[in-house]
Amino acid sequence: MTDLTRLTAAETAAKIASGETSAVEVAQAHLDRIAAIDEKVHAFLHVDSEGALAAARAVDDKRARGEKLGPLAGVPLALKDIFTTEGVPTTVGSKILEGWIPPYDATLTKRLKAADIVILGKTNMDEFAMGSSTENSAYGPTSNPWDLTRIPGGSGGGSSAALASFQAPLAIGTDTGGSIRQPAAVTGTVGVKPTYGGVSRYGMVAFSSSLDQGGPCARTVLDAALLHEAIAGHDPLDSTSIDAPVPPVVEAARNGDVKGLRVGVVKEFAGEGYQAGVMQRFNESVELLRELGAEVVELSCPSFTYALAAYYLIAPSECSSNLARFDGLRYGLRTGDDGTRSAEEVTSLTREAGFGPEVKRRIMLGTYALSSGYYDAYYGSAQKVRTLITRDFERAFADVDVLVSPTTPTTAFPIGERADDPMAMYLADLCTIPANLAGNAAMSLPCGLAPEDGLPVGLQIIAPALADDRLYRVGAAVEAAFTTRWGHPLLEEAPTL
Amino acid sequence: MPGITREEVAHLGRLSRLELKDEELDHFAEQLDEIIGAVARVSEVAGEDVPPTSHPLPLTNVMRPDTVRPSLTPEQALSCAPAQEQQRFKVPQILGED
Repeated sequence: MTDLTRLTAAETAAKIASGETSAVEVAQAHLDRIAAIDEKVHAFLHVDSEGALAAARAVDDKRARGEKLGPLAGVPLALKDIFTTEGVPTTVGSKILEGWIPPYDATLTKRLKAADIVILGKTNMDEFAMGSSTENSAYGPTSNPWDLTRIPGGSGGGSSAALASFQAPLAIGTDTGGSIRQPAAVTGTVGVKPTYGGVSRYGMVAFSSSLDQGGPCARTVLDAALLHEAIAGHDPLDSTSIDAPVPPVVEAARNGDVKGLRVGVVKEFAGEGYQAGVMQRFNESVELLRELGAEVVELSCPSFTYALAAYYLIAPSECSSNLARFDGLRYGLRTGDDGTRSAEEVTSLTREAGFGPEVKRRIMLGTYALSSGYYDAYYGSAQKVRTLITRDFERAFADVDVLVSPTTPTTAFPIGERADDPMAMYLADLCTIPANLAGNAAMSLPCGLAPEDGLPVGLQIIAPALADDRLYRVGAAVEAAFTTRWGHPLLEEAPTL
Repeated sequence: MPGITREEVAHLGRLSRLELKDEELDHFAEQLDEIIGAVARVSEVAGEDVPPTSHPLPLTNVMRPDTVRPSLTPEQALSCAPAQEQQRFKVPQILGED
């Protein structure tokens, strides 16, 4: 009998549409898998068995009535706990929203439901999406299915771990500085940060509004494209949502090809701090692109070396403003309201009790960077660096079609290793941050295991804004060639748990 | 570059509405000092002539016709209020005694 949890999303949808299996059987198989192994992985903060089975039954009923099913109808999905879900808890990995039941769906949640995708539950994440390891969750860390003592990346470690442990074939992440791509890289899965403005942020709890971008996570490039198409597109409820057609991502994923494509290797993404095995797999990927007919050139983006510094001023500055809404007055936690304290005192006690250390650090860092006397030197300078980085990208994309790099400088590190060393943690996002600052589209996909530790390595592909389809065209070609070379998808080598 | 002191962390905590515990002050002072020391290099690179970028998109206000649309009911809006009274959010005292 086919193990329904090992199928791709595209295969699952086809089997449901043909009647070979039912959406309820598929949902139940995944709920059983979650019940059996998530104690070890801790990918989910909340499993909505009842909601998932009801959604699955609705798909089966539609099919029974002879209605046409969408390309992902009945396929289960793990939703990052940063998107609001009507009637289902949404915590953002924080104690400050513990027990909060949103009265409305995010636009992305609505689109998943409209596509008849079955939402299994909400996945663990670094609190307010701040982190690169999921250790900053107030509800405990998530483990990497490849090695349970290691981090699954972050902030979307619950989503990446759910995919890599076959608890769901699809997941949703959000990427402010790499929170979709870095978890994908360290778990051997595929993650895409769409062009900024490509997927609605309405109902996605805000961290850094000029950088935050929701996007698809999956085990294959085609599955990511199918999900991308389901969630993307203009939303009048998000004033930063781009009013333009969604790039033809599915068509691109079905026609992987790099012949004649110009690929740029950014020379700043190498050197000190990069693990030897990561560079080895990356260099092999570059060689593969050449063999497949791409023309590879090395180029320089000198401002990228300042991207991490600019990011850790811009993102905290925006977060210090965004998180001011958590005041303990209208929803969420309220602490110390004993009838004698003022609203301001209650707010300060609530925030102290409700936020974890990384969130506090970033709020204070942003408050510092925006304060009078420091604004020009810190936030102002960081905004100028953002301009320089955008110009570097423009210059590069005048010469090449896509850029490639390792997604992360190292493979998954052990849980606890960087937990109280913020600067070491921040280095995990070294290669992913520039695309957020400029608003470009970027993907991470598996390119092998590092020889020294046997852990997955991610290849990052970056495309200009609104050219998301290029990621899929290149990604599909690379994925097909690697799968042929390895004889199977990389995740076949992961422990079965 | 001035180092971040315990007193500055306490001040940032007050500005950020965080009632920091005593033992947090030293720890955060050390960490914020290290982070700010590392990110200060942004001021080295861009000249006076470089314009700042606040957002990847050219933003303009988005307007819609001023018509009544469905919205949350009072019950839904108050469903997660920490305290409520007479269909309103009940909050601690905001103004002084007199």
